[in-house]
Amino acid sequence: MIDLIHDYYAYWAIMLLLVVGLYGMLMKKNLMKKVIGMIVFQNSIILLFVTAAFKWDATVPVLKEGIPGDVSSNYLNPLPHALMLTAIVVGVAIVGVAFALLIAIYRNFGTLEEGELTERMKGE
Amino acid sequence: MDPWVHLAVAVLLPPFFGALVAVLFPARRTNLPWIAAVVSCGLAFFASVAGLIYAVTEGTVHYHLGGWEPPMGIELVMDPLSAFFCAVIAGVASFVFIHGKTVVERETPEKVIPFYSTALLLIGGLLGIILTGDLFNLYVFLEISSLAGYALVAIGDKRAPVSAFRYLILGTIGASFYLLGVAFLFMETGSLNMRDVAEIIPIAGDSPATVAGLILIVFGIGLKMALFPMHGWLSDAYTHATSTSTAIIAPIGTKVAAYVLLRTCFYMFDPEYVRNEIPLTTIIGFLGAAGIIWGSVLAIAQRDLKRMLAYSSISQVGYIALGVGLASPYGMIGAVLHTLNHAVMKACLFLVNTNILERFRHTHIPRFDRTYRIRMPWTMAAFTVSAISMIGLPPTAGFFSKWYLVLGSWERSNYLFLAVIVISSLLNIVYFFRVLEKVYLRTDGEPYDDRNEQEDLALKREEARGSMLFPVLFLAVGLLVIGLANAFIVTTFIRPMIPDGL
Repeated sequence: MIDLIHDYYAYWAIMLLLVVGLYGMLMKKNLMKKVIGMIVFQNSIILLFVTAAFKWDATVPVLKEGIPGDVSSNYLNPLPHALMLTAIVVGVAIVGVAFALLIAIYRNFGTLEEGELTERMKGE
Repeated sequence: MDPWVHLAVAVLLPPFFGALVAVLFPARRTNLPWIAAVVSCGLAFFASVAGLIYAVTEGTVHYHLGGWEPPMGIELVMDPLSAFFCAVIAGVASFVFIHGKTVVERETPEKVIPFYSTALLLIGGLLGIILTGDLFNLYVFLEISSLAGYALVAIGDKRAPVSAFRYLILGTIGASFYLLGVAFLFMETGSLNMRDVAEIIPIAGDSPATVAGLILIVFGIGLKMALFPMHGWLSDAYTHATSTSTAIIAPIGTKVAAYVLLRTCFYMFDPEYVRNEIPLTTIIGFLGAAGIIWGSVLAIAQRDLKRMLAYSSISQVGYIALGVGLASPYGMIGAVLHTLNHAVMKACLFLVNTNILERFRHTHIPRFDRTYRIRMPWTMAAFTVSAISMIGLPPTAGFFSKWYLVLGSWERSNYLFLAVIVISSLLNIVYFFRVLEKVYLRTDGEPYDDRNEQEDLALKREEARGSMLFPVLFLAVGLLVIGLANAFIVTTFIRPMIPDGL
């Protein structure tokens, strides 16, 4: 059991982040906090990709003299990092749209609290 | 290289170029954004039809973007399945755009240019999801289409941003779970190319990570597809958006998620494995069956036509999920054919809804009466045809996809699914006939006498204008044509799609 925690501690941390983010998105009543939860959630997945690409005793994927490039254990796999750059960009775009929507909601109803929002929408 | 190979990319480029062109020349009082939208969707449609014929006769097209060979590079795959879905989406979108000309100008006069630009990005993203052969590229296209979708839903009435925000939160959860699933598959197989992954999975063997990856992907895509019980976002998003936004998202948005489901369950994984080893398709089927009944029951409870159609979308997506759940050739034929049918009939119904809204300024069903059929005879006729098709009466298209699903359920001796299909058809009758009854039959109990006839004669025909009537009629006639030509469509296009081992 201790080994399971010790060997995979990074994954445990990522799982915790994932659950925290998901909880924030689904359970928090304030829309802003939902967005914060969303950011935590997305970043936990980005961390998962990056962590999975990690290898002990390997270096950054830039060919260096003295370290043969044809042995895959010498260099990290750059693909997950490249993918996550794209995912970060996508994530920023989503957060941007989310903020734009929050501004529109606040202009229309003057609140970002779920309960008040439902009340005011009924009053329309 | 065979020049026809470029058809794959010719489907994808026009919407993205169109989105650029629409904003590049923001001259007021021109129809340029509208022309860009119609022309680019039309081009994409013709390219996908040509691609479909090519894929059926000559075989699958693999287009390597930038000349990079997979698994290093990203490839576009145009096989009968993807070309068929592209044709459905681009075709339906073209008609909705033609119809949208005056509606968009009236409903959102200051947002005409952004509207067409975002709508084209949505179409481009959806076509990209279908064509790509790369798992991560699919995620990127998924987010492109979703972001455009959130923006389109947010352009609407006062409550639209709220429903768009809820859609965004759930949509992001769905896309993120998909990405999580891709992470698991990538860790297990070391590849992102779908064909490559499909070849490695049997070699890598039965590992929990692969199964977890597949389940996460199905869960994420199920959210995007509004599969029961993850359908909560759909009804509000469709109700509060503008007429043309809804008409463009509703018929095609969820279909693409269904396509991803088909692609991952039957092409990337061995259908035998997904059906028997992990009973995933069975679960999808049961959720679909539950969604069919639940969506229909809620549709009956609605008093607003647009909201009723939104709930009916949930139930219709259930049919596609049910076809996937059968995991048999008949189930697959039913699911694919129902995608085509539902896209056409739901587009037609939402456009009819818009025509009614334009003429009478409301879509409140209890206020409908018989004058509607006199004032808008053609629109109501199109509504009747699509309603009959939704219910599933021959010779309209809706009957045949349900028929294949019934055959599939019978073949698998799954009598529960059989019962669900029959019961849901009855429920469809309830919620559509209540509209038809108001419009075509008298309901106030008085006998029809000369005085009524005089009143009726005094009413003038106020049919919707040509640009709004033509797409509606064309889609309605299309339903009859698809229904009559269903045997041709199934044998020529859908049979070659069925993967080995299904």
